[in-house]
Amino acid sequence: MQQQVSEGRVLIDSGKNSNDASLMIEAIGVSKIFGSGDSMITALDAVSIGIREGEFFTLLGPSGCGKTTLLRMIAGFEHPSSGAILLDGSDISELPPYKRPVNTVFQSYALFPHLTVAQNIAFGLQMLDRPKAEIAETVDRMLSMVKMEAMKDRLTSQISGGQQQRVALARALAPQPKVLLLDEPLSALDLKLRKEMQIELKRLQHETGITFVFVTHDQEEALTMSDRIAVMSEGHVLQVGSPHDIYERPANRFVAGFIGETNTLTAEVMSSTTDRISLRLGEGLELDAELPSGMTPKERVTLVVRPEHLRLSFGTTGSSLPGTVSNVVYLGTDTHYHVRLDSGDELVARVQNSSASDLQFGIGEAVAVAFEPSTVRVLRD
Amino acid sequence: MAEHARHRPFSVRRIPGFTAIASLCFVLLYAPIITLVIYSFNDGESVALWEGFSWRWYESAWDNIQVQEATVRSLVIATLASGIATVVATMAAIGTTRTGAFPGRLAIYAIINQPLMVPEIVTAVALLIVFAMIKVATGYSGLAYLVAAHAAFCVPFAYLPIRARLEGMDLAYETAAADLYATPWRTFRHVTLPLMAPGIVAGAMLAFVVSLDDVVITEFVKSAGQDTLPTYMLGQLRRAVTPEVNAISTALLAVTVLLVSAFFVLSRQRR
Repeated sequence: MQQQVSEGRVLIDSGKNSNDASLMIEAIGVSKIFGSGDSMITALDAVSIGIREGEFFTLLGPSGCGKTTLLRMIAGFEHPSSGAILLDGSDISELPPYKRPVNTVFQSYALFPHLTVAQNIAFGLQMLDRPKAEIAETVDRMLSMVKMEAMKDRLTSQISGGQQQRVALARALAPQPKVLLLDEPLSALDLKLRKEMQIELKRLQHETGITFVFVTHDQEEALTMSDRIAVMSEGHVLQVGSPHDIYERPANRFVAGFIGETNTLTAEVMSSTTDRISLRLGEGLELDAELPSGMTPKERVTLVVRPEHLRLSFGTTGSSLPGTVSNVVYLGTDTHYHVRLDSGDELVARVQNSSASDLQFGIGEAVAVAFEPSTVRVLRD
Repeated sequence: MAEHARHRPFSVRRIPGFTAIASLCFVLLYAPIITLVIYSFNDGESVALWEGFSWRWYESAWDNIQVQEATVRSLVIATLASGIATVVATMAAIGTTRTGAFPGRLAIYAIINQPLMVPEIVTAVALLIVFAMIKVATGYSGLAYLVAAHAAFCVPFAYLPIRARLEGMDLAYETAAADLYATPWRTFRHVTLPLMAPGIVAGAMLAFVVSLDDVVITEFVKSAGQDTLPTYMLGQLRRAVTPEVNAISTALLAVTVLLVSAFFVLSRQRR
């Protein structure tokens, strides 16, 4: 794991180093500043990331974090205020969008309303002056790939939202770009259709082998679809890693809180070596945890533990935290127990519902909360 | 009934006297025109005394050489002027909607729409003076003066519907075209132009009708023997008024109604 410290923020990239030959897109110290003077907004602040060839890469963050700005820069609709964007090793920062082998699926789809489904898909190839026979052949292939053969002569206003989504995908994939950019393309669809399209997108990415860069604010969508995720906030990339990395080993409190439900606890540092740390939580619990490399702990640190890693038992046992059940939320496959610790902290424990375990805790019941030290993540802030 | 009425939402149509006032307005607007149309079919010589139905004034107008010449002249001027105005207005509309905000944008709107604000008679006198100077300098006294004058005052009429169409058009289409390898020119040719076409056609029709209809500027700018249909009719009124004027007016009205209806149909299309 490689770690960089830039302006007080940690950027952890579990990927290879930046001059790796397999990188399809590389952003090197890219900043974007909109406006000037008092109304100046820094949308991106010296962002550096590498996107590998053929991977499903997701830019994840809340609105205003700069993820769409970064995507628009890769597409060529915006140009960096400083820094450079490389595509397949060559600097494309100043190229206009129509000279970049990169296509976009827009949030609003932006299908041409005066053209039919087939004409929409053919548009990019026509602009590239490909031979007619090749265009016809590719359009047919794209139509069958997104299962829209029956609709090819319809105007785009005569098909449903989900079908428009498929046409937008086919239109962007038809010219066989090196990179496909997807700007929150599923946000306009209802839940059922969105789940279907998530699977569809993964299938298309697998079939075409094209590098996908996906922008979303939906952490669940990011976790299910991505090979790697970049979590962004306020113009910075906070962490880049696989869904497993990001979920199990969040780099900081923001990432931990943004990706899935999490519990945070404060612990006192008793002693530490280069890679281990001994902590004390309240009175009842002492534990040894892994210390992220390069971190020099202060007197107190923050711990994060996922709800599914907490174990509940009746009464007080040896190394555990005593508390009281304050709420029970039944969710079908599992149950969430909200536990108020004697120390005042509030935790959520997720317990899987199975016939084998008939452990049931009632509101107001005294319980002990325990967890494996290996499931704990120590954070600097 | 009263109970039922209480639950209905407020409607301006239930204000006392609404129907009466609205009807009166329509009568005042259309009664004169209906009278004009009716008397165009009068068999007699008078525009006020009904003497039975006949097509004679339509036949008389159709056979009148002066009416024929004025009609052709009107159509030539309206076609050329609306064509020029539409091209200019299209470029102006693109320039004012497809660029970022720039200083003086409001001033540009004002300048483009100047003919709507400056009294027509002022423009007419100004053109008379300037064209007289050019006539003396060049010796040319053809139709180009009328075409130029008409094209100038037709621009805002063509500009407004075209701009409205462009403003309603999402920039995302042009962004998508650029993303799909279309150069700026091909984006315009294959995306912007087809999408704005209904606006262009509507603008051209409006400009055509406005040109066909013009009296004041035409009257000042025209040379001898350059009567358009409206100025010919104005000339006729100075002499004996016959239902022939009604017949020509009715024909002009029919053409205008057709064009304006087409304008509405087109401007509502694909929205």
